[in-house]
Parts: sequence; C-alpha cells; structure tokens
Amino acid sequence: MTDTIELTIGSKFDFIEIVGSVTKGVTELSGFDEETTNWIELAIRESVINAIKHGNKESAEKTVDVTYTLDQVALTILVRDRGRGFDPTCVPDPLDPENLLNPNGRGIFYMKSFMDEVEFSKHPDGGTIVRMTKRRTEPDGNGKGETGSDGPSID
Amino acid sequence: MAHLSIDERTAGNVTILELGGKITIGDGSVQLREAVRKLLEQGHKNLLIDLGKVDYVDSSGIGELVSCYTTTKNQGGQLKLLNLTKKIQDLLSITKLLTVFETFESEADALASFGG
Repeated sequence: MTDTIELTIGSKFDFIEIVGSVTKGVTELSGFDEETTNWIELAIRESVINAIKHGNKESAEKTVDVTYTLDQVALTILVRDRGRGFDPTCVPDPLDPENLLNPNGRGIFYMKSFMDEVEFSKHPDGGTIVRMTKRRTEPDGNGKGETGSDGPSID
Repeated sequence: MAHLSIDERTAGNVTILELGGKITIGDGSVQLREAVRKLLEQGHKNLLIDLGKVDYVDSSGIGELVSCYTTTKNQGGQLKLLNLTKKIQDLLSITKLLTVFETFESEADALASFGG
C-alpha cells in the first residue's frame, strides 16, 4: 500500500517551518528513529530553501510543491519549483579546501549526506524536481531507518 | 517572530554570546551577523559563541557561523565555539569545518585559550 501527502507553499521562507513540521510528522509516521527523522527534515528543508531561493527566486506568485510518498520500501519526497532549472554538477564541492570558508554551497551536500538517493530532473512544464529517497529497510531486510545506524558518516 | 535569542556577557577580554533557538535562513542568520558586526565595531575582538541552547541549524546557519568567523579573523580577532550540540557537531564535521573552528566543551578552557 502506498500513502501520499501533498503540500504546496508560496515562495516565502516563513513557510519552511510548516514544511519542517509536516516532514517531521510524516517521517515519524514512517517509523524512522528520532535521529534519522532530524536528518530527513533537514534535507527537505534544504531542498525547499533552494527551490524558493534559487528556483523561484523568491517570486511570490511561484509555488513549491512537496510530495511525500510512503510505501513498504521507502519514503520518497519530491520537491518541485517553477524556476528555470539548474545544473547540479555546477555546484562547487564544499569539501574542497578552497571552498571551506565559503558561507554558501552546503545545502545539496547535506541533502546527499542524509538521504539514500537524491536526483535532479526537469519538469516537462518547467521547473526543477528534486527526488529524495530514504529506505525504510536495507536490501537484506535489516531495519535501517529504525536502527539509527544511518546517521551521517563522520570523518 | 525572532527564532534566535542572543544573550551577551563579558568575561575578562572575551565577549560571550549565548545563542538559543534556531539559526536558520532569514531572521536567525541575520540576527547573528548583526550581533557580531556590532561587537567588532565596538572593538570587541575576542568572541566566544555558546551554541548549547541552539536546537536547530540549517546550511544557512552554518554558513553564517563561517561568515562571522572570517569577518572576525579579518579584523584581527578570534571567534571560537562553545557547547556544540551533537547535531551541530555532526553538521560541522561532515563539512570539515571542525578543522576550521576551535571548539570547547568547557567555558573555562575556552576563556583560557584566548590568553590574557
């Protein structure tokens, strides 16, 4: 069985808190532990911030859609903006020594660190779609999300 | 609504900023930037940021800490971090920023590190 929750917000940073609350609720409902819930929430917040800031350029009339899909295998979250799209390969590596003191450029890195899969694509009607997946179970059947063993890999 | 509270106090030649709440895009990051800018303008160059009561930080908040660190250093000062929560420690660690910031668990140790 698959459950879906959809949320549409205007391009205001004040609405990030609402997205954070909904994400936390959906993630807890999915059975992930507290630490994993925190990291998923952070990843989705970062994606929505990018959608508002870089996608929609904070344009009030442009919306951001957040869709949560939960099935037996994974929680999948789509974030869509109405911008002109961007090339994620052009984002500088925040771990490069020359970028360490750059105040920007860590959002996508955090998204990729805390989710199992992050994919970027263009919507046929315009805008960027970010598809983020967090598996509920390991392929071998071990409960990954529920064990707390999938926190960030620390150097 | 302000998401970040900033309490300021002095210990010797060090100004301690006790932060509480969220350092996130928008208000929280701006408040921190303004507080540090004002202190530097007033000649307070030794800054210790206490993060013990910060319950949420996003990439903008981490970026603001980096920005404050750079601004302070460029003006001949020092900015150090105290009482990192596990979440903040993880966020700094995976982006290699623990190699940049001096961090402390004890206020006394932090104050001593600034020297007389």
